[in-house]
Amino acid sequence: MIINRRALLATAAASATLPAMRARAQGANLKIGVLTDLSGPYKDLAGPQAIQCVYQAMEDAGISGKGMTVDVISADHQNKPDVGAGVARQWFDREGVDIIVEVANSGVALAVAGVAKEKNKVYINSGAATSDLTGGQCNANTIHWAYDTYMLAKSTGGALAKAGGDSWFFITADYAFGKALQRDTTGFIEANKGKVTGSIAYPFPGTTDFSSMLLQAQSSGAKVLGIANAGTDTINTIKQAKEFGVTMTLAGLLLFLSDVHALGLETAQGIVLTDSFYWDHNDKTRAFSARLAKKFPSARPTMVHAGVYSSVLHYLKVAAQAGVPAMKGSGTDVVAKLKAMPTDDDAFGPGSIRIDGRKIHPTYLRRIKKPSESKGPWDYCATISSLPADEAFRPLAEDGCPLVKS
Amino acid sequence: MIWSFSRPQLLALVVMLAVIGIAPAFVYPVFLMKVMCFALFACAFNLLIGYVGLLSFGHAAYFGMGAYVSAYAAKSWGLSAEICVLLGGLVGAGLGVVFGAIAIRRQGIYFSMITLALAQFTYFLCTQLPFTGGEDGIQQVPRAALLGFISMKPDMAIYWMTAGVFLIGFLAIFRIIHSPFGQVLKAIRENEPRAISLGYRVDDYKLIAFTLSTFVAGCAGGMKSLVFGIASLTDVTWQASGEIVLTTLLGGLGTIFGPVIGAVITNTLEFYLAPFGSWVTVTQGVIFVLCVMLFRRGVVGEIAAKTKVSL
Repeated sequence: MIINRRALLATAAASATLPAMRARAQGANLKIGVLTDLSGPYKDLAGPQAIQCVYQAMEDAGISGKGMTVDVISADHQNKPDVGAGVARQWFDREGVDIIVEVANSGVALAVAGVAKEKNKVYINSGAATSDLTGGQCNANTIHWAYDTYMLAKSTGGALAKAGGDSWFFITADYAFGKALQRDTTGFIEANKGKVTGSIAYPFPGTTDFSSMLLQAQSSGAKVLGIANAGTDTINTIKQAKEFGVTMTLAGLLLFLSDVHALGLETAQGIVLTDSFYWDHNDKTRAFSARLAKKFPSARPTMVHAGVYSSVLHYLKVAAQAGVPAMKGSGTDVVAKLKAMPTDDDAFGPGSIRIDGRKIHPTYLRRIKKPSESKGPWDYCATISSLPADEAFRPLAEDGCPLVKS
Repeated sequence: MIWSFSRPQLLALVVMLAVIGIAPAFVYPVFLMKVMCFALFACAFNLLIGYVGLLSFGHAAYFGMGAYVSAYAAKSWGLSAEICVLLGGLVGAGLGVVFGAIAIRRQGIYFSMITLALAQFTYFLCTQLPFTGGEDGIQQVPRAALLGFISMKPDMAIYWMTAGVFLIGFLAIFRIIHSPFGQVLKAIRENEPRAISLGYRVDDYKLIAFTLSTFVAGCAGGMKSLVFGIASLTDVTWQASGEIVLTTLLGGLGTIFGPVIGAVITNTLEFYLAPFGSWVTVTQGVIFVLCVMLFRRGVVGEIAAKTKVSL
C-alpha cells in the first residue's frame, strides 16, 4: 500500500510538471487553431467538417511549395464561453497558435475575440452569427467571415415582412446569438411597418422540448414564427411545429444546409432561408464541394464550412506574400494585411474585408424545394433573389464600431 | 510553534510556498492560478465540512456570485483588483448569512438539500439577472490594476496576486481552525448536543463559520474571474458544487492541506483530459469511487494517518 501510494503521489507530482516539457514549437511555421463545437448542437453545421476545410484550404493554397509549414490543432468549446476563452488563452500562450478560426457560438466567439485582442493575435470567425463582432464589440484583431445576424435579418426578415408578414412571434435562444438575431430582425420588421407581438427566450444549450413555446406562439395570433436559434435547436423547433400543426409562417432565420438535411424536404419544403454559400450554386462552388467530398463524403459543406475554407485560404495567401515572420508578429498588423488584400475563392467568389472586420460578398435568398423538385441527394435549395455585397451587410455608418472613424 | 503550526505543518507550508514560488517557471501560470483559486474555494468548503461537519452542497453559488460581482466591478465600475476580490467575498458572505441562517435550522441531509435548493435559486437568478449576461456571462473583464496602479496585465503579476490572495485565505482559515472559536466548531462537529449542554449557542457558531466560509469562497471566485477575464454560469452550476465536494474529499476532509492537494489533482486531471471531452467526468467518477473504497481519508488524510501527524 505504501509503495502504491507513493507511486500515486509521484505520478501526480510528475504530471503537474508536464506542461513545461511540452515543446514550444516556434520555427518557421504557422499554427492554426480550430475552436469549434465537436459535441453539441452545432456539430454538423461546423464541427469536424470545419477542421477538414482548414486542410482543404492548405492544400488549395499550395503551401508546401512556398517554404512554410502549417500546423493545425482543434478543440471543442462545449458552447461554454469560459471553456472557449480558456482554450484560446492557452493556445496563444502555450501552443504558439497564430490564428483561431471558426468558433460556432456567438457567446464563445465574443469571448475569444476579447482574448485575441488582449494577446494581439488573429481571430477569423465563420461560425458565430452575432453582428456585434463587427459592431459595438468589434476590434482590430477580429474578422467576421461567412454571415451575420444583420444580413440574415435583412434578407429573410425583410423578404417575409414585405410579403405580408406584419406580426411576429419569436422563439429565441437566450444568449448573444439569439438576442442579436431577434434584435436585428425586429429592426427590419418595424421598418416594414410590422410589429412583434411577443417572444420567448429559452435556456441554451440543453433545451429540446419547444412544445409549450410553440403553443404560446400559436395562440398569440401572430402570422410569422421567428425562429431565432440554430443547429439542432432549429431542427427540433421546426419538427415540433409541424407535429403540433402550427399554422404560422415559419421563418427559419438561420437555417443551414445540414439542418435542411436533418429535417428532410418533406418537413422543410417551402421555407425560405438566407445564405452566402450553397454548394450547388455555380461551377466553382460545385468544384470546391467535390474536392471536399473526397475527404468528407458524408455531407455537403454549409456556409460555415465554406467560410472556414475561404478565410484560411485568404490568410495563407497573405502569409505566402508577407512571409511567416510577419504573420507571427502583431495581430493587428496581420489583420490590416488581410483587410488590404481583396479576397477571391471558389466558395464566395470575389469579395473584400471592410475596416470594421466584416468580410462582404453577395448573399442569397433561397427556398427549400419540394421533394418532387429535388433531383438527387443534397439538392435542396432554389435561389429566389440575391443582394450584392455592398447592400447585403450592415452599412458602416450604422455599425457603432469604434474602428470606423466618422 | 508560530501561529500554532506544528513542525510537520510548518514543513508542509514551507514546501507549499516553495512550490508556489518555483512552479510558474515550469508550469503554465494561468493553470496554476486556476488551481490556487479552486484550492482556496476547497479550503473554504473544508472549513465547513471538515471542521463543523456541515455538508454544504451549494457552495458554487457563493463562488460564482463572487466571480460575477468581481467581474462586474472590474468591468463596469473600473475598481481596482483588491476591491473587486473583496467585493466578491462580501457578496459571497452576504448570500452566506441569508442562506446559512435558513439552512442551519436543519441538520444532515436536510441541511445539504436546503443549501442545494438555494444554490439552484442563485443559478436561476444568474441566468435571468441582466448584469450577469445570462448564457454569455460577463466577458472581456479587464485585469484591474492592484491598488489602482500596479498593472496586473502580465500573467506573472496577477500570479503573485493570486498567490497572495490564496495564502491570506489559507492562513486565515488555518488561524480560524486553531483559535478557541475553531475549537468550539470542532466540538460541535464531534457532539452537538454536548456543545449545547456546555452553553454554546451552536446555531450562532455555525452561522459565523458558514459566513466565513462563503466569504472566502466569494473571494476565490472573484479572483478567478479576474484571472480568466470571464465570469460565467459554469461557476454557479450544481456540478461545480459537486466538484468541490470531490476535490475536498480526494485531498482529505478535515486536513489543512488536503483541499489544496485535491485541487491540484482534480484540476490536473481536467487539464489533461480536456481534449477527451466527457471522459473528464467518467474519470472523475472512477477516482471518486476508488477514493471512497481505498483511501477514504483522502490523499493527505491517509498520509497524516500513516505518519501519525496532523497535516
